[in-house]
Amino acid sequence: MIKLLMGNEAIALGAIKAGVRVVCGYPGTPSSEVLETVAKNNDGSIYVEWSVNEKTAMEVAAGAAYSGARAMVTMKQVGLNVASDPLMSLAYIGVKGGLVIVAADDPGPLSSQTEQDTRHFAKFANLPVLDPSTPEEAYEMIQAAFDLSEQVGLPVILRPTTRICHACSSIDVSGSREEHIPSGFEKDPRWVIFPQLSYKRHIEIEKLQTALSLIFSKSPFNRVSGKGALGIAGSGIAWSYALDVIRDLDLDIKTFKVGTPYPFPAKLAESFLDGLSAVLVLEELDPVVEEALLEIAANKGLKIGILGKKTGNTPYAGEFSYEIVHKAISEFSGLQSHDTDEPAIPPLPSRPPVLCAGCPHRASFYAVKKAMKGQKAVFTGDIGCYTLGNAKPLNMVDTCLCMGASISVAQGIKRVEPDTRLFAFIGDSTFFHTGIPGVINAVYNQTDIVIVVLDNGTTAMTGHQPHPGTARTMMGNISEKIDIEALLKSVGVKWVRKINPFDHKAAVSAVKEASEVKGVSAIIFESPCIALAKKPGAFEADPGKCRACGMCVREIGCPAMVLGKDKKVRIEPSACYACGLCVSICPFGAIGGMKHED
Amino acid sequence: MKTDILIAGVGGQGQILASRLIGVAAILEGYSVRTGETIGMAQRGGSVVSHVRIGGDSRAATVPFGRADLMIGFELCETVRNIKRLSENGRLIVNTQRINPVTVSLGMEKYDAAAMEESLRKVTGRLIMIDGYSLAGEAGSVKAVNTVLLGAAVGSGYLPISRESFMEAIRSIIPQRFHNLNSAAFDSGYSLAGRIIAENAELSMR
Repeated sequence: MIKLLMGNEAIALGAIKAGVRVVCGYPGTPSSEVLETVAKNNDGSIYVEWSVNEKTAMEVAAGAAYSGARAMVTMKQVGLNVASDPLMSLAYIGVKGGLVIVAADDPGPLSSQTEQDTRHFAKFANLPVLDPSTPEEAYEMIQAAFDLSEQVGLPVILRPTTRICHACSSIDVSGSREEHIPSGFEKDPRWVIFPQLSYKRHIEIEKLQTALSLIFSKSPFNRVSGKGALGIAGSGIAWSYALDVIRDLDLDIKTFKVGTPYPFPAKLAESFLDGLSAVLVLEELDPVVEEALLEIAANKGLKIGILGKKTGNTPYAGEFSYEIVHKAISEFSGLQSHDTDEPAIPPLPSRPPVLCAGCPHRASFYAVKKAMKGQKAVFTGDIGCYTLGNAKPLNMVDTCLCMGASISVAQGIKRVEPDTRLFAFIGDSTFFHTGIPGVINAVYNQTDIVIVVLDNGTTAMTGHQPHPGTARTMMGNISEKIDIEALLKSVGVKWVRKINPFDHKAAVSAVKEASEVKGVSAIIFESPCIALAKKPGAFEADPGKCRACGMCVREIGCPAMVLGKDKKVRIEPSACYACGLCVSICPFGAIGGMKHED
Repeated sequence: MKTDILIAGVGGQGQILASRLIGVAAILEGYSVRTGETIGMAQRGGSVVSHVRIGGDSRAATVPFGRADLMIGFELCETVRNIKRLSENGRLIVNTQRINPVTVSLGMEKYDAAAMEESLRKVTGRLIMIDGYSLAGEAGSVKAVNTVLLGAAVGSGYLPISRESFMEAIRSIIPQRFHNLNSAAFDSGYSLAGRIIAENAELSMR
C-alpha cells in the first residue's frame, strides 16, 4: 500500500514492522513524531512512553533490550547529550534485543541550540550510525538497524536530519510485522559494568569496529557507481541534492553514496578512490565522511585532492540546499555556475516567531516585568515556547543555555551579583526534565532566587506531548498527577504560590512578595496552553473609547492586535483568544465586549 | 506530469494540511509525491513554507529557486518573501490577506502592501489574487482559507489534479465534522478562480 508518510512516520512504521516492543523518548524537534506515530499505530503489543528526559528514556530502553526485546529510543540531537552517560557505557555493556537510538539532527539550526553532528557522537561512543538520505530510505534503515544491533550486540544509531524527518514521501508500507518474542532478562555478570569488564569489552569493541566496517562495505546503503577521474561522495540529504544536481547538469561522474558514516565502509571507499584525481565531499555539519576519506587516502598514500569543508568548498555551518550543492558541484566539475536573475522585491518586514495570541506566558512575563520595574533584576530563561519571551516588547529572557539551566544559571549569577534579584523561568515539562536538581541545589546552598514555573499543562513547543504533571500517558492511561507545588515544598522551598497569570493584580503582588523572600521562593503560573483549549471567543476594541495611545500593543505585542491608520487598535477576531490581558492594560476601558464563538 | 509547488504563509494558516491534501490527492491519481516543511520553533505566527513535488524523479523535497511551477501564497508578504522560488512566468495564486507581523504593529518595520502586490504582478502574468479570508468566512469559517486557496488552484487549472480527488482527500484526512465546511470552502475558491480565468480569456479575445 502506498502512503504519504513523513520521515518520522516512516521510521515509526518501520520500527513497528521490525517488531519493536518498547519505545521511549523525550520530545524534541525534529524527532517528536516518531514516538507519537508508534503510539497512534499501537495494537497494544508495544509499550510506548514519553520518559521524563532522554537519559531516563535511554535507560528504560536499555533495560528492555537487556531483556531481549527490540527497543527504540527517540530524541533530538541535544537530547543525546542528556543521554550520553548511559549511551557511552551501553557501548561497553552491549544489548541482547536490538536497541535503536533515533537521534535527529537539525542542520540550520531550525529549532535547536546547536548544530552538533550525531555522526561524531556515534564515533565517540564507538557505535554504528545510519544516515538516511530520503524518508523511504529511513524506512528501510530503521528495519536494518534492529537486525544489525542484534547481529553485533551493540546499540545502533539512526540519525535523520530535519529534511528527512519532516519531509513526506509516497512509501510502500506493505508487508507484515516481524515477530520478536523477548527471551526475558537472564542474570549474568555481563550486565554489571566494572573497570575490569570495561577493559575487556574495550578490546572487543575495537575489534567490532573493524568487523562493522567490513559489514558496511557490503551494505546496500553504501554504493559506488559511475566512472571517471572525478568523484562525488555524499551522505544524508546532501546526497539527495547531489543526485538532483548531477541529473540537472547531465554529469557523467563517479559517485559514492555513504549511508553508514561510522564505522566507515573503508573497503568500498578504496574502490571508489581508485583511479580518482579529486573528490568532492557533500555532507551537512561536520566533515565526517571527508575525514574518513582523508584518512584512507593518507594510509594508502593516494595523491587525491579531497575537497569539502576543510578546503572551503562547502560550508560547515547551516543546512545545505540544492543551490549550495549546485554551486559546489559546478565549480568542482569545471562548469560555469551562473546565477539566475532574482525578481526585484520591495523591503519586507521580518516575521520572527512569536508567543501566540492568548498565550499565558505573555501574561506571566508581563506580571514579573511590571513587578520588577525599576529594580535590578536578571531573568534567566529555559527551553520551550517561553524562550520567545525574549522578543520585543517583553524582553524578559536574559539567558538561555539548555534544558533545565534557568534555575542553576540564576544561582551562579546571584553568587556574583548578590544585590540583583534573580528570576528563573522554566516550563512544566522542562521542570520535570532537568529542572528539579537545580531547585534542590538552590535550597541546599541557600541561594536567594525566585523560581517561576510556567505551567501550561503540556509540552507545547514540540506539539503538545503529555508529561508527569498531566497524568496522561502514551498508553492511554491516567496516572497520578505529579504536583509541582507539593514537589517544590517537599524539597524545602518554603514560599510557594500558585496563581493564574491572567489575574494580573494578584500576579504582580505575588511576584513582589516572592522577590523579598530569603532563600528560594517559587511562583507557579498555572494556565493551560491556548492551543489545547477551545477558543472561547474574542474581545473587541471600541473605536469610540480608544484614544489611539498604542499602550496595549507597546506593552505586550500581542499578534491579534493591529493598529489602524488612525493608530486605533483593532483586534482580529479569528486570532484573539479572549485572554483579557489587554483589557487589564487599557487605561481607557476601550477593550471588552467579549464575543463568544459560535 | 511533474508539478513543483510552493506554499508560503504564516504559521497557523493551515499550510501543512494543504500540502497533505495535495499529496494525498496526487497519490490518488497515481503520482509519486514528496513534500517538505519547516515546522518547529513557533507553533504559530512565524513564516512557514511547504514544498510539494508531484511526479518527477527529484530526491529532495525542497523546490529549488526558480523552479516552482505553481506557488500558492497564503499571505501577501510571505508570498513576496518566497517568490524567487517561482519559475519564469510560473503560476501564482495569492491570498490578498495581510497579516501584520508584531514588528509592524510595534512600528519597528513597515508593511507596504501596494509595493508588494506590484512586485508580484511584474513576476508573472499568470496570477490570480483572491480574498481567501472573506471567501472562507462566507463558507463558514475563516480557518478554511487553506481549502479555499486549493480550490482556486484547481479551479484555475493551475494545479492539474481533479476536484474529485481533492474531495476524496478531504474525506480521508480531515475529521468528518469539518467535511462540509472544507468542501464548501474548496468550491468557493474553485468557482471564483474558474470565473477569473474565463473573464481573462474573454478579455484577451476582445
